[in-house]
Amino acid sequence: MEDAPKERPIAISVRGLRAGYGAAAVLNGVNLEVRENTVTAIIGPSGCGKSTLIRCLNRMHEAIPGATCDGEILVGGRDALRLDPVVLRREVGMVFQRPNPFPTMSIAQNVAAGLTLNGVSDRALIAETVEKSLRRAALWDEVKDKLDAPGVGLSGGQQQRLCIARALAVEPRILLLDEPCSALDPIATARIEELLLQIKEQLTIVIVTHNMQQAARVAEYTVFMLMGEMVEYGLTRKMFTQPADKRTEDYITGRFG
Amino acid sequence: MNEAVYARRKKVNALAFALTAVCAAVASGTLLAILGYIAWKGASSISWAFLTNIPKPLGEHGGGIANSIVGSAKVVGLAGLMGIPVGILGGVYLAEYGRGKYAFAVRYAADVMNGVPSIVVGLFAYALIVHPMKKFSALSGSVALAFIMVPIVLRNTEEFLRLVPGTIREAALALGVPRWKVTMFVILPTAGRGILTGALLALARVAGETAPLIFTAFGNRFSDNGWLNPIATLPHTIYTYAISPYEDWHNQAWAAALILMAFVLAVNVTARLWLKPKSI
Repeated sequence: MEDAPKERPIAISVRGLRAGYGAAAVLNGVNLEVRENTVTAIIGPSGCGKSTLIRCLNRMHEAIPGATCDGEILVGGRDALRLDPVVLRREVGMVFQRPNPFPTMSIAQNVAAGLTLNGVSDRALIAETVEKSLRRAALWDEVKDKLDAPGVGLSGGQQQRLCIARALAVEPRILLLDEPCSALDPIATARIEELLLQIKEQLTIVIVTHNMQQAARVAEYTVFMLMGEMVEYGLTRKMFTQPADKRTEDYITGRFG
Repeated sequence: MNEAVYARRKKVNALAFALTAVCAAVASGTLLAILGYIAWKGASSISWAFLTNIPKPLGEHGGGIANSIVGSAKVVGLAGLMGIPVGILGGVYLAEYGRGKYAFAVRYAADVMNGVPSIVVGLFAYALIVHPMKKFSALSGSVALAFIMVPIVLRNTEEFLRLVPGTIREAALALGVPRWKVTMFVILPTAGRGILTGALLALARVAGETAPLIFTAFGNRFSDNGWLNPIATLPHTIYTYAISPYEDWHNQAWAAALILMAFVLAVNVTARLWLKPKSI
């Protein structure tokens, strides 16, 4: 893996982030810096708060009733917690654990949803965006002849790439992926990983994963979380070879989790 | 295990099984019996003239129920126009935003409303519209039927909206789509079939209501009377004819009942067939 130069600008900066559900705290003061045009992986055992952390970054966390979140999150230098979440989410896209194409929409309509639902009606622009996004998501060749077929008719891996295309169509600067491959087979997983390595040239990627090999394959930086705290953060290569913290070492060598 | 005990258990089992089968047959057999009996009694009186003529003056033989068919369509149609939107939007509120005491109260009230005797709803519409206007009218009948439809449509809408997976909602929100647009253009269409089916079933249900129309729509022996005059409806005409002393009217009541039954059945079957192929 190539060296990620330190001097890349910071895309997301998180300071003292606390989050939870009602009285139950999930994150107890997380600090994190994500650099532009890199892939940052968040790993850790179930329940450590990885999903909550990533869901705070585009404020999907607060869509859950009773969810709490405070601290500081800067996205491109702007205070994400004070921004209109609708505006923030157009800059910080998200792909979820299970593929979730809109069941009433065709493949093309799914990709265009972020535009059409926000009032874009220029057909030429929509068609162009659909093709471009599907190409970026490495799905175009497989679906170009059936753009009007229902999105839910695709295979699981294709559906997930459709969801990536849908997220890319709104041109976010950051893409969050919450265990995007956990419902996919190894071949579909490999395609998604390949795709992430291609699109990171254009945007910043944060991926939550259960799979440490996946983190090693795609991410320059890795965050290791445990019980709501960030234990270690650094270059992936370094973390997997000489972890600084004993707990990181225990986790990546499979002693727990 | 003792042989005798085992034999006894088998006998009890057979008996209990037979009992459940008989009860199931009674439940479904009732529908067949009603359909068959109405068809037997009513079919002979149905003719083109019966469907297209209005009633003859009292004492004259013949005449038809055209005004009742049109009247039912008007009253039920207007009831749908009023009741379905209110029910759907109320259901959207409960499913998408409804938390806390207010939502609990709305849900509870809707369930209680579902159990309120329909004649009481008719009395309410009488007090609300007929009394102030000093006039029986199609409008008041529609209002009474709309009151009956609202809780049915509302609870059905809520239930189908709740079947839409949360992941669909999240996917749309994560695209930077405002909440109301997510609800209107993503969630509602996803649950669309179920919601519309519920609305159709509610229409079919009120099309057969008689009690709320007795002192609202009131009935009329003439055709096209406008929205603010008394109007004939199928169930009410059946009621009036059935309690009359005339043989001819009795036959017409059976025939009208067959027409009403056929309509309700057709709507029911259509709605269910339509829902089936792609329920969520």
